[in-house]
This record gives sequence, C-alpha cells and structure tokens, in this order.
Amino acid sequence: MRIGVITFPGSLDDVDAARAVRLAGAEPVSLWHGDHDLKDVDAVVLPGGFSYGDYLRAGAIAARSPLMADVVAAAHGGLPVLGICNGFQVLCEAGLLPGALTRNSHLHFRNRDQGLLVERADTAWTTSFEQGQRIVVPVKNGEGRYVAADADLDRLEGEGRVVVRYVDGNPNGSSRDIAGVTSADGRVVGLMPHPEHAVEALTGPSVDGLGFFTSVLTAMVAA
Amino acid sequence: MVVDVVLKPEISDPQGQAVLGALGRLGHTGVRSVRQGKHFVLEVDGEPDEAELRQIAETLLANPVIEDVELHLPARTTD
Repeated sequence: MRIGVITFPGSLDDVDAARAVRLAGAEPVSLWHGDHDLKDVDAVVLPGGFSYGDYLRAGAIAARSPLMADVVAAAHGGLPVLGICNGFQVLCEAGLLPGALTRNSHLHFRNRDQGLLVERADTAWTTSFEQGQRIVVPVKNGEGRYVAADADLDRLEGEGRVVVRYVDGNPNGSSRDIAGVTSADGRVVGLMPHPEHAVEALTGPSVDGLGFFTSVLTAMVAA
Repeated sequence: MVVDVVLKPEISDPQGQAVLGALGRLGHTGVRSVRQGKHFVLEVDGEPDEAELRQIAETLLANPVIEDVELHLPARTTD
C-alpha cells in the first residue's frame, strides 16, 4: 500500500510522516506540491510545518498549490486524506474540512505532550483506536485555535464530526476543545496534534500516534 | 484598489487584545477595543473590475469562515 506525503515549501514534518507510514507497514511516496501527480497513491498525508512561512494565513497559499487541486478532486472521490497541524490548516483552507485555525488565544507557541480523547473510531484514520480511548501525542503550534460559527459547531457536534478532543487542558483555546475533525464521509481527517511524532518509544511520549497510520491500511483493505 | 480584511465580530482577536493591553500600559486608557486586520493594496492594468476584485478578496485574501472584506475602489477620474 502506497501512502503519499506532500512536501510544500516550508513543510517540516514530511520526513517524520514518511517514517510513520513505513513503521505502520506501508510504502511512503514523496509528492511535490507543484506537480499535478498523485502517483497513484492509496492515501495522502499533509504534514506539519510552516508552508509559505504562514504568509497570508497558515495554510492559505499551500491550499491553492497545483497538487491540492488533485487532492481535493480525489478526496471527493473517497481518497483518504490526513492533515496534521499545518496540513490540517491546509485542508480547512482548501475547503475539505470545515472551520479555521487561528492564532492561539494566549498568543504563545505551545509545545507539549497532549492528552486526546478519541471520539470517532470509525474514520479512515482512526479504526485502530477504541471510541472513548485516551491517547497522548505531542502538540506544537502557534495558530491552532479551532474556530467556526456557533451554528456550524453545533452542526459538527450533531453530525459526530469531532474526531479527537483535547483532554487535560486545551493548548490553544480551540472552541469546545476540538483537536481534530473529519469530513462527512469520514475519509478526510485533520488534527492539530502530531501523531507522527509518537510512533517510537525512543523519541515519542507514546506510540499512540501509530494508530492513525495503521488505521488507513485497514480502511484500504476494507474498501 | 484597496482590500481591508478584518476578523468577523464573533471571532476573538487575541492580537488586538494584546495591543489594547499595551495601550493601557502606555497611559491610553480611553481606548476601548482594538481589532487587528490586514490591508492589501492592488495595482491593476486598465479599469478595475469590481466583480473580479471581490472574487480575489473572498477566495484568497480573506477566509470567509473567519473574516470579512471591505473593498475600496478609487473614485473614477474624469479628466
């Protein structure tokens, strides 16, 4: 199974994401933002970083890159897509996920190990978890405060679109402690915390993050 | 042509609040609120096309989920 990892100008965590893909048992495939070529991958990861230096808005310019047009079209056809941190910001800017990520309410960059509650264990990226499971993965962002209009938040909650929620403290002031959301079909997931940094005991606070990458293998077998 | 992008009123603006705090420390206690935004100046060839400008503003310069736009077209010159 081939999982693409997109590199934008300013991506930082593409190598870690590729490593997580490999540890999960899939083949990572490097994708370049300026190409129109998804290389026939079975799923796509948008990694963390600071694409285009967060100019204009975090993720805004990357969301309009050539490859993202292909990602949007493929996602509408059911391709599993995972956006991590800056990747989540790109997916919101591209319109694949609802809401927006804004400057942390306390204005500080926050970098710590973060508790999360998995509320959806049936998306393409979370079937390796149990619903209600608590996991710990690093979070590191300056513009990670998830916002949307109250009516939209009510709708998302009603539709069960919140995938993971912050527990043991909200690191950035996100509305309703939302850490990650999914598309209506459960194939596209975005979250601010970094599961790719929690895949090995040597370097991570846990290996909980690996579950996101093993989940999509199961989803592809089932599809 | 000028496009001003401002956060929607319901979106909190921690940067504006930090500026407000600094103003208070400088003795400007009469300032009630600060909202920070972005100011874009666009130069175009030929006559400005308001519909195109609005599209530019609403699809790239601003994120309609969190921001509002204000367009300012130059007054038409009659020489």
